[in-house]
Amino acid sequence: MAVTGILLVLFLILHMLGNLKVFTGETSFDHYAHWLREIGTPLLPSTWYLWIQRTVLAVAVLAHIGAATVLSMRAHAARPVPYAHRRKIHVNYAARTMRWGGVIILLFVIYHILDLTTGHLNPQGDPANPYGNVVADFAPERWYVTLFYVLALVTLGFHLRHGAFSAFRSLGQQTPKGERRARSAALVFAVVLVAGYLVVPFAVLTGLVA
Amino acid sequence: MDLYTEGDPIADTKAPDGPIETRWERRRFEAKLVNPANRRKLTVIVVGTGLAGGSAAATLAEQGYHVKSYCYQDSPRRAHSIAAQGGINAAKNYRNDGDSVHRLFYDTVKGGDFRSRESNVHRLAEVSVNIIDQCVAQGVPFAREYGGLLDTRSFGGAQVQRTFYARGQTGQQLLLGAYQALERQIGLGNVEMNARHEMLELVVVDGRARGIVVRDLVTGEITTELADAVVLASGGYGNVFYLSTNAKGCNVTASWRAHRKGAHFANPCYTQIHPTCIPVSGDHQSKLTLMSESLRNDGRVWVPKAKGDNRAPKDIPEDERDYYLERIYPSFGNLVPRDIASRAAKNVCDEGRGVGPGGLGVYLDFADAIQRLGRKAIEAKYGNLFEMYERITGDDPYEVPMRIYPAVHYTMGGLWVDYDLQSSIPGLFVIGEANFSDHGANRLGASALMQGLADGYFVLPNTLPNYLANAGSFEKVDASHPDVVAARAAVEERIQKLLSINGDRTVDSFHRELGQIMWEHCGMERTEAGLRKAIDEIRALREQFWQRVRVPGDGEGLNQSLEKAGRVADFFELAELMCIDALHREESCGGHFRAEHQTPDGEAQRDDDRFAYVAAWEYTGDQPVLHKEDLQFEYVHPTQRSYK
Amino acid sequence: MNLTLRIWRQRGPEDKGRMVTYQVDDVSPDMSFLEMLDVLNERLILQGEEPVAFDHDCREGICGMCSLMINGEAHGPQRGTTACQLHMRQFSDGDTIDIEPWRARAFPVVKDLVVNRNAFDKIIAAGGYITAPTGSAPEAHSVPVAKNNADAAFESAACIGCGACVAACPNGSGMLFTAAKVTQLSLLPQGQPERYTRVIGMVDAHDEAGFGGCTNIGECAAACPKGIPLNTIGRLNRDYLKATSKRAGTPGS
Ligand SMILES: Cc1cc2nc3c(=O)[nH]c(=O)nc-3n(C[C@H](O)[C@H](O)[C@H](O)COP(=O)(O)OP(=O)(O)OC[C@H]3O[C@@H](n4cnc5c(N)ncnc54)[C@H](O)[C@@H]3O)c2cc1C
Ligand code: HEM
Ligand code: SF4
Ligand code: FES
Repeated sequence: MAVTGILLVLFLILHMLGNLKVFTGETSFDHYAHWLREIGTPLLPSTWYLWIQRTVLAVAVLAHIGAATVLSMRAHAARPVPYAHRRKIHVNYAARTMRWGGVIILLFVIYHILDLTTGHLNPQGDPANPYGNVVADFAPERWYVTLFYVLALVTLGFHLRHGAFSAFRSLGQQTPKGERRARSAALVFAVVLVAGYLVVPFAVLTGLVA
Repeated sequence: MDLYTEGDPIADTKAPDGPIETRWERRRFEAKLVNPANRRKLTVIVVGTGLAGGSAAATLAEQGYHVKSYCYQDSPRRAHSIAAQGGINAAKNYRNDGDSVHRLFYDTVKGGDFRSRESNVHRLAEVSVNIIDQCVAQGVPFAREYGGLLDTRSFGGAQVQRTFYARGQTGQQLLLGAYQALERQIGLGNVEMNARHEMLELVVVDGRARGIVVRDLVTGEITTELADAVVLASGGYGNVFYLSTNAKGCNVTASWRAHRKGAHFANPCYTQIHPTCIPVSGDHQSKLTLMSESLRNDGRVWVPKAKGDNRAPKDIPEDERDYYLERIYPSFGNLVPRDIASRAAKNVCDEGRGVGPGGLGVYLDFADAIQRLGRKAIEAKYGNLFEMYERITGDDPYEVPMRIYPAVHYTMGGLWVDYDLQSSIPGLFVIGEANFSDHGANRLGASALMQGLADGYFVLPNTLPNYLANAGSFEKVDASHPDVVAARAAVEERIQKLLSINGDRTVDSFHRELGQIMWEHCGMERTEAGLRKAIDEIRALREQFWQRVRVPGDGEGLNQSLEKAGRVADFFELAELMCIDALHREESCGGHFRAEHQTPDGEAQRDDDRFAYVAAWEYTGDQPVLHKEDLQFEYVHPTQRSYK
Repeated sequence: MNLTLRIWRQRGPEDKGRMVTYQVDDVSPDMSFLEMLDVLNERLILQGEEPVAFDHDCREGICGMCSLMINGEAHGPQRGTTACQLHMRQFSDGDTIDIEPWRARAFPVVKDLVVNRNAFDKIIAAGGYITAPTGSAPEAHSVPVAKNNADAAFESAACIGCGACVAACPNGSGMLFTAAKVTQLSLLPQGQPERYTRVIGMVDAHDEAGFGGCTNIGECAAACPKGIPLNTIGRLNRDYLKATSKRAGTPGS
């Protein structure tokens, strides 16, 4: 769980940094998108790197979902008779929403790929012009897309907040002071990441990026 | 007297003589051994998994015997030893404050008001040091000082700091140590653990203890379990008083059943009333909670000087308070032994100076200590006890003094055993609080844990093999042996009887009433008239019990009312014997205070000429027979105990 | 005060079980929760009904025997308090209180509110000890233990094995209980030789018993009456990772 989660997090960080290139202008962003396809050339044929990364990610996502499913099934098996009266988890909301949150994120990721990677669901869908695709995506009249994006990312934020803390824990964080630090770090990280992703659609929405 | 007859005196034939420091060594050397290859073929039943039973079962299994262990709780870890708070004594003399094996020996004999055996107590003091080593090696997290060495504190009845502790949970930590050693042996297959099993009868064949009859509390199934020797480590019988600091399930059944089969019961009237417990709050009260004696290290006990002064404690000025322990016993002050502190509390309450509802309470005040050491230090030492007090009473002891009152806590009496811890039935050994051996008429604080572990880790594993060495010549028994069949039939019959009465009163109502009789007449202060009255009342109530008790449900499956009923039935019989013992002992000693026998200033007055003996009672079904075991004091000469 | 109780009644392991409603009147605020149940049981017996079976023994919060889910919370609403130490002043007149047994596959119901927690003993038997046969111990002062380690070990050793952590955990995991023991023993010098075999043995026994996996939610620590800290699980994880990597078995490491 922790290892696959961390791979996904690494990707999320790179991906966010990449996204932020939107602010450097259309050519720069398109160039970056193109460059992604050429990493490793001439050692590797064009787009190989991207495919390696995609494979790793896909495997990570599958392993991650697999592990989550095993955990859920064990949890289910561990309590065959449910409580008649069950108080809501009091410790934290993020921990409580890991499973459903994960599913929402997955749905989002699928949509997201069909939208910006393959272009099928994108109003412009021009593989040579990702910048335009993004701008078209978050156009003000398509507010519902933006809304979905925002919701998905907030969910991701919660997922990461508990996920990051949990990963520290799973990898052996063990002191009470460290626990406070790990919790704060997870929170800050989740907020920064979500914010990093959210500035893009908002920039498009407000016309900062057009 | 009409209530009992006197039989032949008895002697402890196993106790060696010679210089006291060499006796244990000699006994160990003289004891026969069992060849390691033969041990696995020998089965030992251990009833009880407290400090005594847990440590014994683990140690015997380590030695290679096949052990079958029983407890009535759902896990061996829950025996009532878990509740001991204060600490465990050991003559390590780490403080260099003049402690030694001899001093611990001396303090214990004196603390027991010269009613214990010197040889036993000396052995206890000797092995006390090994106990600490053993527990530390097991990972028991005793309190430590900044240098990493073990911390100790002082306890009642001693002027040296020899009490090792683990915050307020010493019993828990020691028990978990023994429990883990036991679980290790269970995991290795050397111990067969039977939790939620209650021993209801002892099987005696050919004059030897050869097994027990148990009821599986979950399925209700009754089985006979056979062995080459039986060890009882079933704890104390303080619950005969209904309200006590014991756990709800503590009982005398295992011991009493053995008594009925021929094991003598010694000094049943020696009961310890602990001075610092939370007072009763109403009729619903189901048990009493101890506030560790260690609190008397820093708390000061007082009542108002004037009768019926019901101002709030903080409104009573210093000069209108009576710190009566400090006043009467200037050299020990608040740390006088338990029997003395309890009686002093009773006296001030009898004078009408008690505080709280019903005037049954005295203050234990930490204001001075908090001022002197700071709240933090007090919190570190007693935090969990303070919280517990607040949870139960709703009062915050950092702000308002605690209210405390004495409560039944420990029973020094128990099955009679010789130096080898063997009862008067060959093959039946008794260890821990269930035996009578080491504390005389009063136990010092932090000495029960010491005794339980001494018996289980170090004494029994050295003496039991001496008995088992002859096991080859024992009669072969199996479940079809007539004595075994009879024992089992008796158990079944009794259960059927209890279930069939179907009367109009609950078991608890009888138990509560029995407890009131005992507390009233066989508690902190006893008189001839009171004890006679109590005996009549107990007999009448017992008769009522067998006619009117209602035990719902059946014998199959879990039936907690049935469990209680069997235990209360045995308490009735024990209660009568306790009163007879208290009546016959026309002196005051330790926890046994006869109002007719006190010094002019109200202290216990012993009568060494007439009563320097152990009273071992034999069961006959009718009048019990008294056997006296004379006590000799070669090293600590009986004096009037003085803590002034 | 007067209360309505809804209590889980189940005749035996095979019975399906159901919630049954009872009315209890004139409850004193000074009563403990279990004393309140005693009052109900006394009445049920006299009415010719079966009393409610529930586990309890010491009634002072240390034996770990009591085990009630009260209004969906393990040991009830007061933090750091076992059911036997919970007093009725925590409730108000007219309250409805739901009482259920611990629910976990590893803790099957025996009857009514009584469950079987033998799985915990098995976890301890699988390594929750230090091997120190009687008589083999060196002098207690031969190995000093830093006070902070001793104190932290004590903090974890305070676990009473009640199972509230399992009852409260959405995953039905017993990791807090397991971690408490692992932490205690791995903080002490005496516990080092078996440190890594212990953690593997105990975690395996935990999984085998049918407890769920830990996802670090923290409900256990919130419900734990003895305040066993959640970070003990981090210690367990760290020891477990080390133990499963090859290094732990290498001499000298
Ligand atoms: C609240 C409290 C605080 C104390 N504090 C201290 C202290 O600070 N220092 C000190 O030295 N002493 C203290 N004591 C005394 C001390 O704890 C006990 O005397 C001692 O622990 C008894 O240990 P044991 O092994 O003999 O019996 P227990 O621990 O009581 O064990 C009895 C065992 O026998 C089993 N059993 C009983 N009857 C049956 C049966 N019929 N069938 C099957 N199994 C049965 C039980 O299941 C249990 O396992 C305290 C006692 C109490 C009550
Ligand atoms: C169906 C999809 C998903 C499901 C069901 C899911 C489920 C879970 C669950 C149950 C956890 C908790 C594990 C724990 O607390 O230890 C978790 C952790 C985590 N998830 Fe997901 N998740 C999904 C998708 C994602 C995606 C798409 C990402 C990132 C892009 C992600 C990132 C993480 C991270 C970083 C962790 C922390 C790892 C850890 O807990 O050790 N998850 N996930
Ligand atoms: S960790 Fe806490 S909740 Fe879990 S068994 Fe131990 S004391 Fe009970
Ligand atoms: S009954 Fe012992 S902890 Fe509650």
